[in-house]
This record gives sequence, C-alpha cells and structure tokens, in this order.
Amino acid sequence: MPGTYIPSEYLPVAIIFLFAALIGLGALVAGLLVRPRRPYVQKLYPYESGNPPVGEPRYKFSVKFYIIAMLFVVFDVEAVFLYPWAVAYDKLGIFGFVEMMLFIFILLIGYIYVWKKGAFNWE
Amino acid sequence: MEMETTISLLDIRPLVPELTMICVGLIVILLDLIVRKKEVVAIVGIAGTLVALYGTYKLYGFYEPQSAFSGMFVLDGYSNFFKLIFYLNIILTICISFKYMAIEKASFGEYYALLMFATTGMMIMASAADLIVLYLGLELMALSTYILAGITRKRQRSNEAALKYFFLGAFSSAFLLYGISLTYGLTGTTNLREIASALQTLDLNGSPIMYLGLIFMIVAFGFKIALAPFHMWAPDVYEGAPTSITAFMSVGPKAAGFAVLGRVLFGAFAGMQVQWASILIPMAVLTMAVGSIIALAQTNIKRMLAYSSIAHAGYMLLGVITGTTGGLMSTVNYLAIYLFMNIGAFAIVIMLRREGFQGENIEDYMGLSKSHPLASALMLIFMFSLAGIPPTAGFIGKFYVFMEVIKAGYVYLAIIAVAFSAISAFFYLRVVMYIYMKDPKEEVVLTRSPSMSIALAVTAMMVLILGIFPSFLLNLVRYSILG
Repeated sequence: MPGTYIPSEYLPVAIIFLFAALIGLGALVAGLLVRPRRPYVQKLYPYESGNPPVGEPRYKFSVKFYIIAMLFVVFDVEAVFLYPWAVAYDKLGIFGFVEMMLFIFILLIGYIYVWKKGAFNWE
Repeated sequence: MEMETTISLLDIRPLVPELTMICVGLIVILLDLIVRKKEVVAIVGIAGTLVALYGTYKLYGFYEPQSAFSGMFVLDGYSNFFKLIFYLNIILTICISFKYMAIEKASFGEYYALLMFATTGMMIMASAADLIVLYLGLELMALSTYILAGITRKRQRSNEAALKYFFLGAFSSAFLLYGISLTYGLTGTTNLREIASALQTLDLNGSPIMYLGLIFMIVAFGFKIALAPFHMWAPDVYEGAPTSITAFMSVGPKAAGFAVLGRVLFGAFAGMQVQWASILIPMAVLTMAVGSIIALAQTNIKRMLAYSSIAHAGYMLLGVITGTTGGLMSTVNYLAIYLFMNIGAFAIVIMLRREGFQGENIEDYMGLSKSHPLASALMLIFMFSLAGIPPTAGFIGKFYVFMEVIKAGYVYLAIIAVAFSAISAFFYLRVVMYIYMKDPKEEVVLTRSPSMSIALAVTAMMVLILGIFPSFLLNLVRYSILG
C-alpha cells in the first residue's frame, strides 16, 4: 500500500538527528550545572566584545575599517592565486614563474601606493 | 577541442599596446607619489598612449590579422580601428581635463592612471575573440569608470553617479555572465569562432535557449551602450560625473560596447541575424525616441548631451541591425565621427566651468557670441554636427548609416530615424539660438588652457574636414574591416 510505506533505510539518519539533539542539549545542560556564574553588563550583550546592540541604525563606522578590509581582500586574493600556481609550478615552467613574479610586482606597486598614501596609518 | 596549455612568449607580441598602457598606468601611479605637479603625470599619460598607438600601427601593421593565446585575443583591422578611437578618446579627454580637474579640486594622479586602465579594458574588449576575455576587458573598463565617475568625491552628485553606475553596471555584468553561461552550456565553448561553427553543426540557430542567451548578452551590452530601455543610468551618471569623465564615458565605453556587439553578433551569431534584429529593431526605435524626445525638456546641458548620446546610440545601432558588413562599417564610421563632435561639445561645456560657477545650464549660454565669438562658433559647429546638418561630419555619419539601412531593406527604420533626427535638431539648435539670438544675462568668463585649445582645434577641424572630405575616414574604415 502506498500510504503506509516506511522508509526504513532512513532510520540511521533519524538516529543521528536524535543523537545530535541529545549531544547539543547535553552540552548546554552540563555547562549550566558546571560553569561559574558571574554576569556583568558587557557579558550580557548579544555580541560580547562588539558595539552596543541598540542604537541608531545609521551608525557611522570609521572608513579606516573599510580600507583595512579592502586591503585584506586584495592580498588575500593574491594568496589564493599563489596556491594553484605553486601546485602547478612544474607544468607552468619558467613562463609561469615570470608571470607570477609580474603579478606580485604589480601588487607590490599597489602596496607602495597604499603605503605612501597612508592607508596603514590608523591615526 | 584540444587542450593547448603551453603559452609562448610570442603570444605577448599582439598585446604590446595593452601592456604599454598598463605599464604606463603603473608608472603614473608611482609618479603621482613623487611628483607634485599633476601636469607632469598627465603628460606621461599622453606620452604612454602615444607609445601604445605607435605599437598598434608600426609593430603590427594595420591589415594583417594575428591571434594569440589559442585564439582568445585577436589583433585585426577591426580591433585596431577601435583602438584608434580609444587612443584619441583618452588623449582628448586628458587635454580637456587638465585645468578642469584643478577647478574641481580633484587633480589626482590616479585620475590619469584610471583613464589608462579603463582604456586598456576597452582595447581588450575590442580584441576579444573569446567571451571570457571580453568579460575581463569589460570589467577592467567598468571598474575604472565607476571610480572615475566619483572622483570628485566631495560632490554628492558625483558620489551618486558613481554608485548608480556601479550598481547598474554590476547588474548588467550578471546578465552578461548569464548569457555567456547559456551559450557555453549549449555550444561547449566560449570562443566566438567556435560558437559560430557549433551553431551550424549542432543546428542551434532556432534554439529558444540560445535565443535567451543571446538576449541576455544584448541586454548587458545595451546597458553599456545606454540603449533604451537600459538607458536609465545614463542621464544621472553623465550629469553627476565630472564633465571630462562624461565626455570620456559617452565615447569610450559606448565604442567598446559597439565593438563587442559587432564582434559577438557578426562573429559568433551571424546565423541568427533574424533573431537579433528582431530584438534590436524595437530597441533602436525606442532608443532614438527616448533620446530625442526627453532631451527636448532638459535645462542642464550635460543632461541634454546625455540624452543626445542615447539618441546617437540608437542611430549607430541601425548599422548593426542590418547584419551586413556595410552596415557595420557605417556604425564604426559614425562612432569615429561621434568621438570628435561629442568631445568637442563637452570641451565647450568644460570651458564655461570656472571657480564658483557651474555653467551647466543651457541658459548660461545666452549671448555667448557677444563676448566669445570663437568659442560660440565652435559650439555652433559641434551642435550642427550632432544634429546632422551638412557640411559637418555628423551629417556624413547619419547619411551612411541611413543609406546602409535602406540598402538592407529596412526602409521604414530609415524613415523613423530621419524623423527623430529632425526632432533632435530642435534641442541642438536651441543651444545655438541661445548663443546667437539672446542677450547675455551676465558676463561669462571662459576658462582657457593651451591643451584645451589643442583639443578644440583638433575636434573642430576633424568635424569640418570629415564633413567635407568623408572619403578618408570611410576608406580607413573599409580597409580596417574588409582588410
């Protein structure tokens, strides 16, 4: 009968769900019983070390954060490109080497540029 | 498809002009840190462009096609002609922006570097024979122009322009990638020539999904060229951006957009001319209508020229619609003429800008002929040319486009275009009327500089010379496209 089909092959999945719930709850309960309790204002914020959670929605961040974040992305992407190049180094040969050095050189110019422009000075 | 992964040094040869532009752009960035005088930086930029121009013409010749990187990058007459447009565009832009950027208090060295990078992007677009390379060039051009639109960062309008341009540009890039992925999914290649043969062998010319991919790509190019209904960004961005950048953007990215439109439609989708013409014909009519009619109501000259540039994109598109080589040639010819007349008109707009005076209202031109007869005469030439009145070059441009459209059998399109051209004459001639027939409201002082005079002399002379002796440019276009 089509209505009463029980997918028994999914039983392990159900068991995993059960165990996951038990482990999660168990950790919370164990923590509740064992940990010392010393609440203070900062600790009770939803984001412990961040900004106050209530305030103007158009709170202005310093633009410095954005600059640092952008610079991080640039040099992070550089690293991402370096990995596959390093893995395929044997196959790419001298041309790949020169190519990558050029790539790093162009980024170096960018690095000199942002440095001279004072993007790394926090004050 | 064979997987050829070896890259030889010979592949770099066709790329020398692009590499020159990039290298000089980097030098400009470094020089900006050392040199205090921004004129030096600008001159280095112009010199670098001239070297790249030399590279394009002397090293490779004009007529022999070459390809590099397994056919992803081609160097042929078509791309070389577009590169000539891009070189002239950047040189004229630098000439008209010397003093203007100082008045705007935005004379940064980055300005010139970004102009060079944007131009490199356009050059890569013109040479792209592969959809991936095309996308790469498009993004290089677009990212640089987003920053340039907002380079006067203390002005809110400029910021708004940059943001709007960025959001809509990013949106259109997504469309392009959708189109590319659908095309790749159906044909299994991103190479334009291989797409063309796959369309034949796999019999995809009637495939609705291929049609959808083509529509997506046309939408993306339509954004870049500012074709209605994807023109919404153009008036706001053209008005908010610094005027020199408006001049740069209204020629360069538009020409690059037409370069890739021509390359993709004629190179890869030539077999689907019926389909793409059915999309482009309504777009062209709408573009001409929007550009010509809304421009009538403008009081700001930059906005008026923005709508005018939309209308011109509509006329240029007619040449592409025909699907014939002659039609493509008439479009390319129109673009070259448009370069001179448009940058010339913007140069006059820039001259009215001085310390403490915007000079962007059409009323500011009242009675200009009384105090500045020469500048007024030049504006007259540029306005006549934009309106398409002989003996200026604008007439020749329109004449050849309409002729090719009629030859290809789209007589009704030519009639519509002529009608809108007549409508658009009103707002061009209104500027001339204000200059010559009204009394001046207040004293207008023009900002002069030697480089500006050079740019004005070159553009005005070219507009007149090409209007009276059009065969030189036409022959150049014919040789570069037909070989």
